[in-house]
Parts: sequence; C-alpha cells; structure tokens
Amino acid sequence: MSLTGTISGGRRAWLSSRSGILKLGRLLISLAVTLLGLLLITFLIGRVMPIDPVLAVVGERATNEVYEATRKAMGLDDPLIVQFWNYVTEVLTGNFGTSLLTSRPVIQDIARVFPATLELATVATIIGVSIGIPAGVIAAVHQGRWPDHLVRLLGLFGYSMPVFWLGLVGLLVFYGKLDWVAGPGRLDVFFEDVVPQVTGVILIDSLLAGDTEVFANALSHIILPASVLGYYSLAYVSRMTRSFMLEQLAQEYVTTARVKGLSEARVIWRHVLGNVMVPLITVIALSYANLLEGSVLTEIVFAWPGIGFYITNALLAADMNAVLGGTVVVGIVFIGLNLLSDVLYRFVDPRAR
Amino acid sequence: MTDHAVPSSGRHGPLAWLTSDSPTSRLQAKCVQIYLGWLGLARNPLAMLGLGIVVVLILAAIFAPLLAPADPIAQDLTRRLLPPGTPGFLLGSDELGRDIFSRLLYGARVTLYIVALVVITAPVFGLLIGTVAGYAGGWVDVVLMRMTDVFLAFPRLILALAFVAALGPGIENAVLAIALTSWPPYARIARAETLTIRNSDFIAAIRLQGASPLRIVVGHVMPLCISSVIVRVTLDMAGIILTAAGLGFLGLGAQPPLPEWGAMISTGRQFILDQWWVATVPGLAIFTVSLGFNLLGDGLRDALDPRSAR
Repeated sequence: MSLTGTISGGRRAWLSSRSGILKLGRLLISLAVTLLGLLLITFLIGRVMPIDPVLAVVGERATNEVYEATRKAMGLDDPLIVQFWNYVTEVLTGNFGTSLLTSRPVIQDIARVFPATLELATVATIIGVSIGIPAGVIAAVHQGRWPDHLVRLLGLFGYSMPVFWLGLVGLLVFYGKLDWVAGPGRLDVFFEDVVPQVTGVILIDSLLAGDTEVFANALSHIILPASVLGYYSLAYVSRMTRSFMLEQLAQEYVTTARVKGLSEARVIWRHVLGNVMVPLITVIALSYANLLEGSVLTEIVFAWPGIGFYITNALLAADMNAVLGGTVVVGIVFIGLNLLSDVLYRFVDPRAR
Repeated sequence: MTDHAVPSSGRHGPLAWLTSDSPTSRLQAKCVQIYLGWLGLARNPLAMLGLGIVVVLILAAIFAPLLAPADPIAQDLTRRLLPPGTPGFLLGSDELGRDIFSRLLYGARVTLYIVALVVITAPVFGLLIGTVAGYAGGWVDVVLMRMTDVFLAFPRLILALAFVAALGPGIENAVLAIALTSWPPYARIARAETLTIRNSDFIAAIRLQGASPLRIVVGHVMPLCISSVIVRVTLDMAGIILTAAGLGFLGLGAQPPLPEWGAMISTGRQFILDQWWVATVPGLAIFTVSLGFNLLGDGLRDALDPRSAR
C-alpha cells in the first residue's frame, strides 16, 4: 500500500497510477465475489422452492420415464455445483429462461419494463435531491431552531410512512379529490403508442418526437408517484446533508472565509456546500439504488409497468424464472450503483485516491 | 450539602440505592446503570412520546379481546363499508362488514408477533457471525464478512420477495425472509465492537486462565456488544414493520382473514376513492407505530451512545 503510494505520488490521474490500478483490481475482485454471492443466493432460492420445475414442464400425468428423462435433460440430476456453474454461465450470457406468464425470454421482458422504473426513479431522485439538499443546508445553518426541527420531523415522517400507503393517500387527494394529476399508469390510453419508442423513457421519447401533448400527459402521470418516491430520497438526503454541513461548519476555513468578509450566503452555499457535495455524491447514488427497491411497492400502487410491477405479477403467478431473473437484474444494478458511487467518490475527493 | 450523614446523592431509600456512585454488588451496579440511562431517556420528550406509543401498542395487543367491540373476523354483509362514526363502528367497517377498529387492535398482535420473531432471530445471528468473525480473524473473518457484504449489497425488499416466493406466503415465511435480510448490519456492528474488545487486557487475562475461545466470545465479548446492537435493533424496528407491512400489502405476508395492517390496506385499495377509511386507517396505525419506534430508537441512541448523537 504505502510502497506503491509513494512511487505513484499524488499528481498523476487516478487510473494511470499504480496504486490506482491495484485498488481498481481489488474493487473488481470484490465485485466479482459479490456478484457470485448474489447468484448463489438466487440459485439456492430457486432450489428450495416447493414448485417442482420438472412437473411444471411435463405436467401432472407424465409417466415416470418421461419425468426422469426431462429431469435429466434439464440437468437437474447433476451435482449441485455443476448446476450452479451452468446457472452462472447462463446468467452471464443473459439467459434467465423463459417467462411462464408472457412466454418470452425473461431478459426481453426486463429490457421492456426497465426503462419505466428508471424513469420513475430518476425523476424521484431529481425531486428528492433538489429539495433535500437545500432543506439539509437550512437545517444545519439554523441548528436547534424551528427550521431544523421541521426538517428533522419531515425526515422522521419519511422513515415511518409506508410508501404504498402514502401513494394511496396521494391518489385519493390529488387525483380523486383535487384532480390535479392523472391517475395510475404511465399514459392515458388515448396517448399510448403515439410516439415511437426510442429509449423507452416516455418523457424523453415524446420530446424527441416533438410531441408536447404526450409529454404533458406523461408528466402529469409521473409527477405523483415520483413525488411519493422522492419524499423518501428527500428524507435521507436532507438528513445526511445536515450532518455533513454541521461537520464542515465547525472547520477553520469557514471562519477564515467569514473573516475575509465574504457574505454569509457565499460562505454557506459556495464554500461549505462545495465541500459537502463530495460525500453527498455517495449518498445520492445510494438513495438512487434504494429508490429502485422502493419502486416495487410504488409501482404496484400506481400500476406503473416497471420491473417491480413485473416481479410482483410474476410472483403471484408462481413464475419463478421471471422472479429470479428480475431479482438478479435489480441486484446487479444495485451493486453497480454502489460501485459507481465508490469510484465517483475516489475520483472527486483527492484524499480518497 | 452540609449534612455529612446522607449519601452522596442526598436521598434515602431505594432512590439512594439506585443513584449510589459506589455500588456494593454487581446487581446494584447494573441497576444504577439502567436507572441513569432511563433518566437520560426521560429527559427527551420525543423519546418518551415514542415509548408511550410503543407501550400503547403492547397494551392494545395484550388486551385486544377486552378492548375490541367486535369479533375481528366475523362478517356481516349487511353492514359493509360503513363510514367512521357509525354507532358500533368507531372507525367504520370494511368490505365484509368487519369492524375496522377491532381489526386494528388484533392487528397489533400480528405486528408485534412479527417484530418479536425478527428481533429474537436476526440480531442473535448477526451478533454470532460478527463476534466470531471479529474474534477469530484471518480467513474466518474474510469469509464471514464477504458473506455479510453480499447480503448487504442486495436490495432488502426484493430479496425478501424472492425468499417468500420460494417458501410460499405466510407470516412465518415473511418473518424468515425479513430476518434473513436484516442480520448483516448487526454482524458489522458486532465485528467492529469485537475488534476493539479482543485486544484488551481483561480478554488476555481470561485467555491466560485457560478459557476456551467459545467461552470468551459468548461470555465476555458478546455481552459488551449487546448495547450497541440493541440501539440498532430499536432503530430497525420501524423498518421491520414497514417491510412486513409491504409484504402483507403484496399478499405475501399474513393471509386473510388474519387482520394484518398491510393486507388491510391492500384490500382497502379497491375502495380508496369512495370509501377512503378502509385503506387509510390501517396506514395511520402503521405510521404511528413506526414513528413511535423511530422516536424511541433515536432517544435510546442519544442516551446510550452519545458518540453517534446528532
């Protein structure tokens, strides 16, 4: 560690330095181990399920010979370790089997539904971060006074409220009573398939097609679920911003900046927040990953055709290929986001290199 | 102050015994410690509010049969979907004419049952993994902590979903799924504590006396890790309740006709626009109880672990 550190020095770019390559190598190995662990868990889940996969293929009335032959053909009489190896190689080539529900390869189904989840989680993160960071800053600046308590209460409510309930109450108030937003789904039936699908993200596709009507409709559909989901990101982001800010405000450079005669706003929003942004990147990436998870319940409430909706429907239909495939994909995205936050952090903060 | 005859705290009787700064027995030392912790907690009004909510929940669960005006399962289709305030139906009735208030009270039992089962399994398992990993070190540590990381790197609800999908729906399986996904943080905490404890002199002394590693871990390391694990457990209870409610909402937790709050919201969903109370009332119960546990957990952390306060 220290040897390679002194050789490389701090000046060269992160990736070109030897210690950087070492760290990257270590990161990749731990990533591979985590991924393998993830697959081991889903593999084991697939093994313990009470549904007999052979029976699902051959049917109840198959003779013993047919049953055994199919079992052999499916590789289920191999040793577990061989089965696991086959599973890993299949998954790495993107083969999750065929969905019972849609009779299509699971990977195709996921590619179809994933943009919807991505769209929802992204808009939610934008909402959560753009409100959460200022809220956290204001709370830290007014530590111990009412803005601080207000932000803390807001966060506490976020940690205590079931997301599916908040979604239902939101639908009741803003859709049912006030009629400010559109109801469940991504678009009104009237607007479906109007714009050509390019990215799968309707807000972007409609802009690409120059269709403002579809865009407006999509926006009025997404705003409520994204706000509900964004509230959870807000709770987390504002809490972390507050504690990072408090830590920074106690530093000496803040006093220096004030003594220099900078306005308080400049000290807070430029100098302190600038330093806080570095650890906040990790927080934002983590909250984004958590939103992918929170989107499962939100998607059910809002009939949002994303991956959570897909997994749950598959689950209720005992479609294990789809459930496990979806789980693996969400897990990989989750791990990927964690890795990304790690790399970004090292990249932005020179001390972490 | 001038009177030298009274104990240092200036009180007599049991309070003096509790606040003594020179305890004469191990029991007294323990009691003093607990009492002082309690005083710290009692100064925090929000924590006391949280404690109050939790106590009400426990009382509601214990005395549900006495408090509930109606049978939580008995159906009466002539009295379905009555609004709150209807005589005999304080919080209205659901789609099968069951009294929502009675179902809420019995639902407290289901919630507490789930929380209790998770709380006696996951932290114990995490504590075991963490202390063994921390004390043994070497490859045992590497393997166990890698395992922990794998579980941590996984979205919790999705993993729980996959487990329940494999095991089949039901309360016990939901508990198992939640426990299987919630032990890693405890293992992390316990390991960190163990690393600081294992090199201390008293551990070396016990080892010289010939104590086996098992005895050292179980008898001397684990008890010292417990307080930080307890704080974390209290903070996690809200998360456990929310995950359990989420599984119930998806139809994977408690099965009907059991009055589980998440499942109640799920059935009320169909009537949300016209009979709002069927779904919103159980949600308020979940919210209140989670808030109670969160407030209590924050207070406990501040009282027991001043380092991480703020």
